[in-house]
Amino acid sequence: MFDNEELIKETKSQALNSETVGDIHVDDPRIIAKNINVFYGDKPAINNASIDIGKNEVLAMIGPSGCGKSTFLRCLNRMNDTIDTCRVEGELFLDNENILDKKTDVVSLRAKVGMVFQKPNPFPKSIYDNVAYGPKIHGMAKNKIELDEIVFKSLDKAGLFEEVKDRLDAPGTSISGGQQQRLCIARTIAVSPEVILMDEPCSALDPIATAKIEELIYDLKKNFTIVIVTHAMQQAARVSQRTAYFHLGNLVEVGPTSKIFTTPQHKLTESYITGRFG
Amino acid sequence: MNNLKSRLAKEKRFKAYGIISIITALTLLTILFVSIFSQGYTAFQETRIQLPVYFDQEILDPNKTSDWDNIKKANFNGLVKQSLRNLFPEVSGRSNKRKLYKIVSSSAEYQIRNIVNNDLSIIGSKQNIWVLADDDVDMLIKGNINRNLPENERRIDDQELMWIEYLESENLIKKVFNKTLFTSGDSSESEQSGILVALLGSFYALLITLALSFPIGIATAVYLEEFAPKDNKFVDFIEVNINNLAAVPSIIFGLLGLAIFLNFFEMPRSAPLVGGMVLSLMTLPRIIIPARAALKSVPPSIREGALGLGASNVQAVFNHVLPIATPGMLTGTIIGMAQALGESAPLLIIGMVAFIVDVPQGFTDPATALPVQIYLWADTPERGFVERTAAVIMVLLIFLILMNSLAIYLRKKFEKNIT
Ligand SMILES: Nc1ncnc2c1ncn2[C@@H]1O[C@H](COP(=O)(O)OP(=O)(O)OP(=O)(O)O)[C@@H](O)[C@H]1O
Ligand SMILES: [Mg+2]
Repeated sequence: MFDNEELIKETKSQALNSETVGDIHVDDPRIIAKNINVFYGDKPAINNASIDIGKNEVLAMIGPSGCGKSTFLRCLNRMNDTIDTCRVEGELFLDNENILDKKTDVVSLRAKVGMVFQKPNPFPKSIYDNVAYGPKIHGMAKNKIELDEIVFKSLDKAGLFEEVKDRLDAPGTSISGGQQQRLCIARTIAVSPEVILMDEPCSALDPIATAKIEELIYDLKKNFTIVIVTHAMQQAARVSQRTAYFHLGNLVEVGPTSKIFTTPQHKLTESYITGRFG
Repeated sequence: MNNLKSRLAKEKRFKAYGIISIITALTLLTILFVSIFSQGYTAFQETRIQLPVYFDQEILDPNKTSDWDNIKKANFNGLVKQSLRNLFPEVSGRSNKRKLYKIVSSSAEYQIRNIVNNDLSIIGSKQNIWVLADDDVDMLIKGNINRNLPENERRIDDQELMWIEYLESENLIKKVFNKTLFTSGDSSESEQSGILVALLGSFYALLITLALSFPIGIATAVYLEEFAPKDNKFVDFIEVNINNLAAVPSIIFGLLGLAIFLNFFEMPRSAPLVGGMVLSLMTLPRIIIPARAALKSVPPSIREGALGLGASNVQAVFNHVLPIATPGMLTGTIIGMAQALGESAPLLIIGMVAFIVDVPQGFTDPATALPVQIYLWADTPERGFVERTAAVIMVLLIFLILMNSLAIYLRKKFEKNIT
């Protein structure tokens, strides 16, 4: 109880004098977040965060556990709507449309902003059906041939097609963890999103599977905007162009990845990068 | 080292406790089954006696009308008596003859009547007909009456025994599969009584129960688990009530049925329709609670995955959550139905406990139910009914075992598909 109050006090005091360091703007933004505040009940989880996310860039979000990375990420496809106590304030533009508006259709929003979760969560259906599900519910294929094409292309883009092409009828849960995660990426790609959100997509995977996903992210960057939450700083360094550092609900610093990792401007960022807390 | 030893000993002891309790349970179960089976298995056979029946034109159709409307009034009982006299021509005297007539069941008359009805051309011919034996004879043949007891201690006296032994020596008496048990309703004569009314009554009542409680129960569970607002006082209130309902003694549902369905809505008494409605009141919470547990056990990541792809809430529930929860929900339903099948108290209250001979033709005809039939027959001291009581219990147990096995099978089958 005491700790919690202490934390809230500290967070609040920081919120008052917290200004994000670095350049939050980009030339060619796909997403513009303005003054985002998120609360779980009365408890603030994100304080006044503003950031642009560019087209064809990979933005990495880093920060100590519980700082609000997932919370912020889940604002971008309104996944926080599924949590009753969660309240989001501010403005969030995707292609000049405020997606926090009550009138926004979350169904089509989530088709535009796909999400890959921390733990691979394929549906307990066949590999084919896992990928075909999204296109089906959005009516993206007129017939079986078109659907096949979407499914095969998506699996191919996710670098999985060669590995599973002989067992598309096997349950999606029967393949390895890394393959499952790529299946989830394929599933997300299949609805042709503009943005892909990834919340620690490699935390349940071994280094080889991780390397494969990182490669994949590198390829996907050409066609999609990617926002990735990660705890592995090398991973952020490897895959992202820009990095955002969160601390206790504050967006502390944003900048080109190379700069954040070599010459961080904020002392909190520096402490985190150098491993003083995490 | 010492530590490890004591830990292993502890583990061993714990295992032993478990095995002992399982063995105890199994032993008791075996005793139960053996005692029921040993009393009841004979009920699946009945004794028949071959009568040389002369379908006498003089008795059946003296005016040669060949018209069933006339013939049906004939003295078929006389025909049976005549056949018995032909079989034992030496029997004389009123009381001896009356005793002789009683070795066959009173249903013999109707059996012969039916034969004539089916084929009028049989009139004038002589046929050997296997008719049902009286229940005392049946008991003797099945060995339930000891022939070596002194005469005054058994229900069959020496003269009757002589007749039966004559029939045995001539192969005119035999045991056959007891079709009567499955094709007739209740009767005051044990050899003529059957469980068809109870079987159909249970069947109709369960159909109603399933038709009412399955859709309502599943819909309630899905709504409460997936769509109802969380932290809502009203929803909490409903939840508490459902849990309470599951604990209400079933006889109270019977009283409710009596007050509302019978007295207020004036629905028919003793009808499987009302029985099914009362049983569904009782079964509803027993379906809702496991169904909710099944829905709750679906990993949230599946739901999130679907929502993240842009599925609507309804799509996520119907395309992903429900299929995964189905085996659990079905298991709960089947077990709920099995409990409903074994339930007697509420049915007693709404009058499904009558003496019913006629086979019900639908949901509103009076009927009994299997457990109620057990209750009815268990009350009768006659040896013939004792064995039939055990037989109904066996039939009921078989249904229960089948239903529960189906539940286990479904669970096993679907479990494989999911994880
Ligand atoms: N459903 C929830 N209800 C209430 N509070 C929540 C909920 N989810 C997260 N929080 C709180 O919001 C804050 C931010 O959580 P969030 O999950 O966004 O952190 P994170 O940066 O993703 O952490 P991690 O690196 O451990 O995943 C935390 O203090 C957490 O306790
Ligand atoms: Mg997180």
